[in-house]
Amino acid sequence: MSLAFQASQALPRGTDYLRILPELVLSIFGMIIMVLDPVVDQRRNQKALGTLALIGSLAAIASTLWQARAPGLAFWNMVQVDTFSVFFHFLITTITAVVILTSYEYMEVQQIRVGEYYALILFGAVGMCLMSSAVELVLIFIALEISSISTYILAGFRRRAAISSEASIKYFLLGSFATAFFLYGVALMFGATGSTSIPTIEQHLRSGSIPVLAYVAIALMFVGLGFKVAAAPFHVWTPDVYEGAPAPIVGFMSTAPKAAVFAVLLRIMFQIHAPGRLGLIWVAAALSMTLGNIGALVQQNVKRLLAYSSIAHAGYLLVAFAALPQNGIPSAMFYTASYAAMNIGAFAVVSHFGGAGERYVTLEDYSGLGRRSPVLAAALTLFLLSLIGIPITAGFFAKFYVFSAALQANLVGLVIIGVINSAVAAYYYLRVIVVVYMHDPRDESVLPAVPLELGAALAITALTTIYLGLLPGRVLDYASRSAGDLLH
Amino acid sequence: MVPLSYYLVLSGVLFACGVTGFLIKRNIITIFMSIELMLNGVNLSFVAFAAHWHALSGQIFVFFVMVVAAAEAAVGLAIIIAVYRTRETLNVDQVNLLKL
Repeated sequence: MSLAFQASQALPRGTDYLRILPELVLSIFGMIIMVLDPVVDQRRNQKALGTLALIGSLAAIASTLWQARAPGLAFWNMVQVDTFSVFFHFLITTITAVVILTSYEYMEVQQIRVGEYYALILFGAVGMCLMSSAVELVLIFIALEISSISTYILAGFRRRAAISSEASIKYFLLGSFATAFFLYGVALMFGATGSTSIPTIEQHLRSGSIPVLAYVAIALMFVGLGFKVAAAPFHVWTPDVYEGAPAPIVGFMSTAPKAAVFAVLLRIMFQIHAPGRLGLIWVAAALSMTLGNIGALVQQNVKRLLAYSSIAHAGYLLVAFAALPQNGIPSAMFYTASYAAMNIGAFAVVSHFGGAGERYVTLEDYSGLGRRSPVLAAALTLFLLSLIGIPITAGFFAKFYVFSAALQANLVGLVIIGVINSAVAAYYYLRVIVVVYMHDPRDESVLPAVPLELGAALAITALTTIYLGLLPGRVLDYASRSAGDLLH
Repeated sequence: MVPLSYYLVLSGVLFACGVTGFLIKRNIITIFMSIELMLNGVNLSFVAFAAHWHALSGQIFVFFVMVVAAAEAAVGLAIIIAVYRTRETLNVDQVNLLKL
């Protein structure tokens, strides 16, 4: 029983705090920004608050690396620091830093002058980091809510734009609906095993016959988490929310919370040895890949197109969950990392090109981008090729490992569906590239120059995409070790 | 003593009422209340299971859920006000700039 009061261990120790250090750092910086926001001059110091947030996320990356040297349990077995949690901490804090870099120019152009934007990104990252290290279902629920509530607000940040608040309300209502399902699953799991601690649940389910309640609990938790990662059939909110939300935030919420939720799913599916895993995953993966790609074929709005592509990628990723743990876990982890690099990069281009009020977001607007801004066009092309899965980009190895893991588990049907879908997907990504390079520009006006911060963000994401596509070995090795940690 | 199954059935019914309300109601506030109903259904099963397992933790989780629900309500109502300001309606059928 995780919350039992034991007199000898009633007080937290120093190592306990070390093991939530990245979360502490992020929260402290978030609070400093909230306090400073009303007292600083809004016009001039927007950038200063952003820089503070950037320093906060870099400090969180540093504390993650520091924390990695002292793995172990903390806070009465509720938090576990191991290579698995460090991998996701590093990924989430890096995503946070890059998204803050992409936000500077966006906030300037959209004339949004409120510092809590950056604070909310940091608070969201706190929840996501905590999700990846929590080994207690109720703590996971709270972390999930910290991350979700922050992203609900961020989705509606262009308050004057009606579509932004509409995106926010849709995200909020469907997100809370999904959370209630997850929580019901937690309650039933508590009922089935008498505990909400993941290791205890695992022992309990392993020792005797599996109660029916546990199957229902896993299914309900999967519904809740499936909503959060935009897996079909729980994906309907995705295109609307991604279209209405600010572009840098879409880059954030399509990668960081997803990575965190996939970390939770990995724990639930593999560490608990979830009963009935294969059937659930099979259906969700096949549906997500197919519906995502078919939906993307007809889109004219680039943000919506990328939203459907995000559904499809959630499907490819779920294929790894149907595979055997020893190669399913590392391939899923590698996929989240490479998807984060290419997707944030793509949305960075979209947010720069959108201009004031995000006016230029349709496919036609992108015509002739290759001539108007060769650098942006080249970056966008790289990210799209990676999303297709062309060799020497991250997307290739990501798909390769997932599909080969699935083949080793004899999931031939699922792999065939996946490969057909990848071929279909190539069509709509290439369509964007054709428009960018082959069509004449509709508007010859000069694009604003790419500012330094956005350039840095594009460089980081592009280099990561190529690095993971050329030398995937180190990341994959680390992911394999994490898989070992997760399975003991 | 009331058997465990009574509580579970009641909690399931509450949860189902919430789901139904979420799906068929058109007013955003009512939809939001349906979500709260779902959470309360979950709370009831937490308490019932806590009594069944003689585990105090189940009772404590309910407090966590209530706190989180309150935080969610604060943010949710703020978002609802933002929607009302731009749209002057709270009917979900009219909040439809983004095609579903």
